[in-house]
Amino acid sequence: MGPSARSRLSAMLLVAPLFAFLAIFFIWPLVTMMAVAVTDGTVRVVLPQTATAIASWDGQAVPSKAVQDALVADLRTPSEQLAFGDAVRRLNSEVSGFRTLLGRTVTAVRQAPAGQQVDLVALDPRWGENNFWLALQRSMPRYTDRNLLAAIDLKRDTAGAVVADVSANRTIMLRTFTISLMVTLLCAAIGLPYAMIAAASTGWVRNLLLLAVLLPLWTSLLVRTAAWVILLQNEGLINGFLTTIGIVDKPIQLIFNRTGVVIAMTHVLLPFMVLPIYSVLLGVPRNLMPAASSLGATQWRAFRHVLLPLTLPGLMSGSLLVFMVALGYYITPALIGGAEDQMISSVIAFFATGTANWGMAGALGLILLTVTIALYLVYGRLSRSPQMVGA
Amino acid sequence: MAQRSPGLRTAQIVFGALVMFFLIAPIVAILPLAFNSSVFLNYPIESFSSRWFVELQTSETWRRSIVNSLIIGSGATVLSTVIGTLAALGLRNARLPFPDVLRVVFLLPMVVPAVVLGVGMQILYARLGLASSYLGVIIAHAVLCVPFVVVSVSGSLGGIDASVERAASSLGANPANVFRRVTLPLAMPGVVSGAVFAFATSLDEVVITLFVAGPNQRTLARQMFASIRENVSPAVAAAAFLLIIGTLCLAALAGLLRWRQQRLAKAVPAEAEALPVA
Repeated sequence: MGPSARSRLSAMLLVAPLFAFLAIFFIWPLVTMMAVAVTDGTVRVVLPQTATAIASWDGQAVPSKAVQDALVADLRTPSEQLAFGDAVRRLNSEVSGFRTLLGRTVTAVRQAPAGQQVDLVALDPRWGENNFWLALQRSMPRYTDRNLLAAIDLKRDTAGAVVADVSANRTIMLRTFTISLMVTLLCAAIGLPYAMIAAASTGWVRNLLLLAVLLPLWTSLLVRTAAWVILLQNEGLINGFLTTIGIVDKPIQLIFNRTGVVIAMTHVLLPFMVLPIYSVLLGVPRNLMPAASSLGATQWRAFRHVLLPLTLPGLMSGSLLVFMVALGYYITPALIGGAEDQMISSVIAFFATGTANWGMAGALGLILLTVTIALYLVYGRLSRSPQMVGA
Repeated sequence: MAQRSPGLRTAQIVFGALVMFFLIAPIVAILPLAFNSSVFLNYPIESFSSRWFVELQTSETWRRSIVNSLIIGSGATVLSTVIGTLAALGLRNARLPFPDVLRVVFLLPMVVPAVVLGVGMQILYARLGLASSYLGVIIAHAVLCVPFVVVSVSGSLGGIDASVERAASSLGANPANVFRRVTLPLAMPGVVSGAVFAFATSLDEVVITLFVAGPNQRTLARQMFASIRENVSPAVAAAAFLLIIGTLCLAALAGLLRWRQQRLAKAVPAEAEALPVA
């Protein structure tokens, strides 16, 4: 082994622990979440023989004796109470009435002596209807687009076509997008002039302006959120100030609504806007503006046609960064927002910890993850590309 | 920009001051409340008292959460600093295959929304038997801390003049000695400030903790989250006070190290280094 191969090997060995660590505890969880979103084993687990038998059924006439016998055999096998309950719930959501039908069938099948044939249609005429069998067949495949469709308020009807479903997910996604956009615009409106002022100043003024951006960045997010709760509450400092100077006569609602969420998120994310713009501005030669003026441009023209275009790459990466981080925000809306201000992360957390509906949590998580990674790739491309001076 | 009109200059000063006020004032406003004797987390201050700091020590939930934060923070810091530093050393080698891909992967935990990672980890931990365990929470926090370590150590390694190492080799030092006596001491400030970042990240983590920790692993940040959400006790302000003082000390430590490093490697332009987000 030559020295270059050895050096290559040692580099790989150094990187290996972190690579393995992230593969197991970062990539694997994300893949697991995505897999949970598109797999559905609830019915399969409880009715394994039926799953195999019904797979080839054409859906025309009532399934053959073999399929019916498979179902009877499956129902005879004692299964875990919890898993069986999940499966029944799943089937009942496909066709209502499945719960009572299965309940009655299970009782009858288990009471019948072992080995004796059970005629399902005779037991309950509903087994003679195709839609119950169709629902059973639909719930069997290992892979499903059910959660993904439900995440965007769609579902499959009994014929398998995609139709609209009644749910709030689209509203929440739109809300997430709107709040993030509002926060991004506010951050840009405040951050751009602030970064310009910081870049144009010198000495202790510049240091002070930068410290004001870095200090919140260093402060715990929870501390900042708690601070906003104190400031924004009805008896809080802001309302106290407003009533004292007589602008309002009774406290205005600033917390548990959209206003509070947007104010607090703007405060938290503003540094992510200021710093990229500032670092781009540092690269702009300081004599450009005087040069523009000496060529006869008014101050506004010099700003509009010289400085602003040069700031754009920083403004773009700052905006992407703020928007991307805002999309996934959980803590601030959870503590400062009302029920109408919860963003997609809250809904994911609700499905995961509240109702243990992993499929839906996974599907919504998959959507949020995809959008975030896409924005990150654009961001990476923008911040890597050479800044085009004068383009 | 010397020839600006005085009106514009005044506007700039006023605007700059207002934004600074917006950024700093909320954080400052919470500090005095830590010493308020009132049971409400609000102004006016009735009288100064240290009862809420006493509460942090005596209340079992708060005391336990502080201890948990220290245990989990230390564990996550050690784990992420060790593997993050090794990886940064590997990334420095020009012969490493796919360096760009690896760099992106190593930084991704900073980007992926915490709730998404939390859901994935909760499902996986249930299967691996790591749910509601200290080890599980430490690992989860370390995943989030690692990017900061890699960035910080890579930064300080990038500032090392390769000729110093070549000089050591030419004077007869073997590679192990070059690393131990030259590279590592020069990289040390980056390692320590990476560790500081890691500890601060773990201390402030709530979302993933909500998903993977059990009641026994409740951290200070998690406890503050619950307290703000449920009863808004002024103990939150006392905890916030401790966190602010703690992070200020850590920030001062990191700043001191960066300053020392800049003094050591004078060749690096100071201004570009001062920014954490480039």
